[in-house]
Amino acid sequence: MPSALNKFTLFSVFLVVLFSAPNYLYAKDSETTKDLKTEIKEYISHHLEDAYDFSLFSYTNDQGKHVYVGIPLPVILWDEGLQIFSSTKLHHGEEVADIGSNYYKLEHGKIYKTDEAGTINYDEFHHVTNIAPLDLSITKGVVSMLLIALLMFWLFRSLAKTYAVNGGVPAGVGRFFEPIVLYIRDDIARPNIGEKKYMKYMNFLLTVFFFVWFLNLLGLTPLGVNVTGNIAVTFGLALLTFLVTNLTGTKDYWLHLFDPLGSSMKWYAKIPLYIILIPIEVLGIFIKPFSLLIRLYANMQAGHIVLMSLIGLMFIFKSWLGSPLSFGLAFAISLIELLVALLQAYIFTMLSALYFGFAAEEHEHH
Amino acid sequence: MEIPVMVGAGLVVIGVGMGIGRIGGSAMEAIGRQPDAYGKIQTAMLIAAALVEGIGFAALFAV
Repeated sequence: MPSALNKFTLFSVFLVVLFSAPNYLYAKDSETTKDLKTEIKEYISHHLEDAYDFSLFSYTNDQGKHVYVGIPLPVILWDEGLQIFSSTKLHHGEEVADIGSNYYKLEHGKIYKTDEAGTINYDEFHHVTNIAPLDLSITKGVVSMLLIALLMFWLFRSLAKTYAVNGGVPAGVGRFFEPIVLYIRDDIARPNIGEKKYMKYMNFLLTVFFFVWFLNLLGLTPLGVNVTGNIAVTFGLALLTFLVTNLTGTKDYWLHLFDPLGSSMKWYAKIPLYIILIPIEVLGIFIKPFSLLIRLYANMQAGHIVLMSLIGLMFIFKSWLGSPLSFGLAFAISLIELLVALLQAYIFTMLSALYFGFAAEEHEHH
Repeated sequence: MEIPVMVGAGLVVIGVGMGIGRIGGSAMEAIGRQPDAYGKIQTAMLIAAALVEGIGFAALFAV
């Protein structure tokens, strides 16, 4: 059908443009004041780290000054009182921010309290010894998470409303998500948690799945937001899994952890076994969510590093053969990253469901 | 980077590669025996592969 073919071509052109857009945004003019490799490294770390402003891209204008195009975000610090100021005062780490009687300087992505001259003191390991005030700012990552939360809320709310209007059949964009929700219920929640209790955990599983998936996808767009590659974000998600597992654990869960053999052996026979077994089980309580944290963080971070490095490789080659090859490789890897985004969200949800299943199990033969 | 770091990273990648290769191989064999269980086998294979990869990444980051 001609209309379907046109839609398909349009969609694939859109995909190609979307994934090659980062290349155009990072394009630089031929004279650079710094070495190309250092500049590429800076762009890569700028993509990977959180920032205090939502800058879409930056360029060096004719006077040699760095111009950032974007939205400055508020910086909220707690340093004997709440200090709130716009991040334009930080000047991207090039100047000292002068707020009232305090001076702050942005160094390597963290805010430190300094004096008027902006001195940063290093100890012998090159760690900064200035005091860093408690940082509660709304950074780029926080804004992205809030936007994704709003998007999810709007999306699923409108999907839910169409059920009432359309007589039990969803309509609109939300139709795409109904099979996914059903899959999570029937193939992730029910087999792992059991028929009786799976509904209690469905809220968390659904939210975490779509949140992680959308955030991973957002990290692949040219906006340059790397949220799930931030260990603090994945730490928060894994912490939630940990809390839900242990706070909703039934008596059988704790019994299985600390007394797996139960009444099948005498108590004095179990002691030598338990001396080894119980520390392992206790460690396991912490290591299982910790592995969730590390898996998601490392997958996303490594994917972004590889992708950005390949794009930077294009500019290092600067030839007719090397650059298109790097571009092709970067394109292929970004397609793999799409798969990894979905896969990591699925694995996180699956393993969380597995841990909830451990917590919610009711022992049959006691 | 220093030589021991590079050797360590290489060993990690060898381990992960062998692990995931074996998982994939067993999955292929199982699909060959029972082609209609393709969906379940694929799911289980992806889960096991993600677990192995998780350790691999953690080790790579530590290295």
